[in-house]
Amino acid sequence: MDKVRTDPWRGLVERSWRPAALLAACLAVWHLITATGLVEAYLVPSPAKTFGLLADKWSYLWGHTWVTTYETVLGFVIAGVLGVLVAVAMVYSRTVESTAYPILLFAQVIPKIAIAPLFVVWLGFGFEPKVVVAVLMAFFPVVISTVTGLKSVDTEMLELAATMGGGPVKTFVKIRFPAALPHLFAGLKVAVTLAVTGAVVGEFVGSNEGLGYVILQANGNMDTPMLFAGLIVISVVGVLLFLLLDLAEKLLLPWHASRRGAAVTTLLAKG
Amino acid sequence: MSATLEMAASVAIDDVSVRFRSKRAEVTAIQQVSLDVAPGEFVSIVGPSGCGKSTLLKLVSGLLKPSSGTVTLLGSEVRGPRHDIGFVFQRAALLEWRSARRNILLQAEMRGMNSAEAARRADELIEMTGLSGFENALPHELSGGMQQRVALCRALLHQPRVLLMDEPFGALDALTREQMNVELHRVWRETGTTVLLVTHSIAESVYLANRVIVLTQRPAVVHEVIEVDLPGVRDYTATMARPEFASATARIRDLLGAATGQE
Ligand SMILES: Nc1ncnc2c1ncn2[C@@H]1O[C@H](COP(=O)(O)OP(=O)(O)OP(=O)(O)O)[C@@H](O)[C@H]1O
Ligand SMILES: [Mg+2]
Repeated sequence: MDKVRTDPWRGLVERSWRPAALLAACLAVWHLITATGLVEAYLVPSPAKTFGLLADKWSYLWGHTWVTTYETVLGFVIAGVLGVLVAVAMVYSRTVESTAYPILLFAQVIPKIAIAPLFVVWLGFGFEPKVVVAVLMAFFPVVISTVTGLKSVDTEMLELAATMGGGPVKTFVKIRFPAALPHLFAGLKVAVTLAVTGAVVGEFVGSNEGLGYVILQANGNMDTPMLFAGLIVISVVGVLLFLLLDLAEKLLLPWHASRRGAAVTTLLAKG
Repeated sequence: MSATLEMAASVAIDDVSVRFRSKRAEVTAIQQVSLDVAPGEFVSIVGPSGCGKSTLLKLVSGLLKPSSGTVTLLGSEVRGPRHDIGFVFQRAALLEWRSARRNILLQAEMRGMNSAEAARRADELIEMTGLSGFENALPHELSGGMQQRVALCRALLHQPRVLLMDEPFGALDALTREQMNVELHRVWRETGTTVLLVTHSIAESVYLANRVIVLTQRPAVVHEVIEVDLPGVRDYTATMARPEFASATARIRDLLGAATGQE
């Protein structure tokens, strides 16, 4: 079995130059739109002005970024743990599955922005309602992906386990859960981006700190550069959290990544 | 006399029927099949596709309950999944995140076997099946034949007295399959395990077995039992050339042709 081994840094450059070029192109278009006066400056600030503001107001933004990140991560972790537990219960018990599914679906379908004010009424203006909204947003993809993962286990593998006599706990720990991890990670990646949205939505509804609050304030003051800066920071937080999970997946599931990598290499070789 | 025979048998299938009930219809997969397998015997099972061969092995392992009749394994009636067997499926069914060696050791971990003892035994089996050098390879880095060898090692790790194999070499090319046959025959002679092998290859069924059970179309009943009169140590090419081999395979081919012809 010969593996295609590439220098990791060269691999990184190879993988990132296309998205980097696209990003640069977007910035260039943005710059052109504002520089040519196609759109009024108070509607869309120039990239120079936006990034200048980012640099100037860094310490102000940093504090709010920290608040939003904290709410997001806390919400994401709670959603992850709860989501996995609920999924396990659903997979192992028909009753739990048939009972929980409609409720889950119902909770998922309700627009979070519509119930967020309720949480403010119940929990006040602190970080709690934001975390709750983040949990609600992130929970569903975790449950669905974990259920799919746990059910995706080969029935023959489970039959084999039955002849080995390890009992349900060992079967879960050694076979079922590891087999579900690729699905779980896919769900977690979706969940973390939704958790960011959840935290910001929570801040929109009632808050005096966090990036959602920054954007709302900027909006009220017609301060579009600050609004853009806030948006950029939120996106960066989301992207960084996503990449962190991607890295964790690669470290925890090297077998999965390498298989996927092999498939990609073959595809590229064919194309 | 029959009582003593049953006491002695490793596997005793007694008047067993299996019916599957689905939404549309009731399917009788196996009808009143009886079969005794002596300790240390190698029995092949052949029959048309869908006749109930896999079902038969699942009955013996306790993964499936008979609708009527009883199955006795190593002196006790089969009531649920049995742990005193080794099972090899058509697909290797390996855990893709575990190396070849750790896939074999899964058997020991699930059973809570002594780990030093298990590791020693795993190394022995790896050596015996020619997997040396690939202990640490992940399943996707192994060829189909190697994966199947890993599955075989895993099934033998706990030294089961009965080994059940369901078309273990079905996915292999002809040459690898022959090599695996020779290896399996040697392993069987060395370990003295009782083996029940389901296969679609008539040559394989005769080369490996003491007896070949030919089943009919569904619902499966035992069509005929062919005694294979070949020497214990079987050189592959020489065995193929023997008249006993030719007559046994011809007879089975006839029976299977007739069994399919009835449809
Ligand atoms: N769980 C099940 N539910 C309903 N019918 C089943 C089930 N399992 C098997 N059958 C039916 O029982 C019959 C025998 O199945 P089995 O898998 O034992 O066949 P087989 O002899 O192993 O076939 P093959 O050689 O193709 O593997 C088939 O007709 C199949 O459709
Ligand atoms: Mg079958």
